[in-house]
Amino acid sequence: MPSRDPLPPFERVVAEHGGTVLRVCRALLGPVDADDAWSETFLAALRAYPALRPGSNVEAWLVTIAHRKAVDVHRSRARTPVPVAVLPERPAEVGIPAPDDDLWSAVAALPFTQRAAVVYHHVVGLPYAEIATILGNSTDAARRAAADGRAALRRRYPTEEPS
Amino acid sequence: MTLEPSPVDTADLTRLHARLTAAAADADLLDVAYRIVDTPVGPLLLAATPAGLVRVAYAVENHDAVLDRLAADLSPRILAAPARLDTAARQLDEYFRGTRTTFDLPLDLSLARGFRREVITHLPGYGRTASYAEVAAVAGSPRAVRAVGTACARNPLPVVLPCHRVVRGDGDLGRYVGGVEAKRALLRLETAA
Repeated sequence: MPSRDPLPPFERVVAEHGGTVLRVCRALLGPVDADDAWSETFLAALRAYPALRPGSNVEAWLVTIAHRKAVDVHRSRARTPVPVAVLPERPAEVGIPAPDDDLWSAVAALPFTQRAAVVYHHVVGLPYAEIATILGNSTDAARRAAADGRAALRRRYPTEEPS
Repeated sequence: MTLEPSPVDTADLTRLHARLTAAAADADLLDVAYRIVDTPVGPLLLAATPAGLVRVAYAVENHDAVLDRLAADLSPRILAAPARLDTAARQLDEYFRGTRTTFDLPLDLSLARGFRREVITHLPGYGRTASYAEVAAVAGSPRAVRAVGTACARNPLPVVLPCHRVVRGDGDLGRYVGGVEAKRALLRLETAA
């Protein structure tokens, strides 16, 4: 077996990144599905963890797994819409509990790719090159998706200062 | 654009962590479970594999460093999973209260091989002591007195496998992985009972 730096105990990965992954899951899926996505993300990560190359960006790796789980949930929602008595004005995944509810509702209303790009860049702080890998597009496309998302947020949420 | 993420509640993460450890155990992915218990000789780290208790560590050994070594030697699939160490924690509690003289726990001795394993499985009974030379003889290598000292210093399961009962031939307590104060406290506990 090739010798390499040992990986830290997985407990430390959960302690360090559990909060960020939960924020990502909530921002992508809303509070109801976020818990399941978080649990599935960390169980999948635990399974794959011994093979992770030491020195990898663990946060980006976890966000990549969470992204795949969120895409699955998103697709299954599109396939099997939940019957409701009254049609909501916006998609059903709206409703992220936050002190700043309006802005987060606006984020939740963004198209999925824009929402993911905005969350990964502005909440997690990942560079666009990393986001492109997660989204399976180019750095330019990832940057554009985030820019489009920001522009849509400014329209829906005009009081927010642009940075 | 300033997107201040909603604060994540510690209680939410605690709940999700418990759910993760249960799911990990169900999926056979919890290679090492651990918890830390408070005892009269300070906080002890208890770690178990599915085979049994694999490590007991004093604070002076540095619990973070011990977990790093477990990740390297056994598996990095390590989670704090207190419930999986309930029996060990209860028996240790009984031992420190003086109501238990032997531990009845499945043990995983994979961290001690060869002569070191012979030594730590041939230690004196509760309330008794033996010299390093006596233990060497019982373990089958009467000349390996120094190796007995090394085996005790590297005992992966102190307290449960009682290296604290091995003392120097001249009556001096000798060294101990948990510090000589801990050794004195354990011997005093066992003679008082």
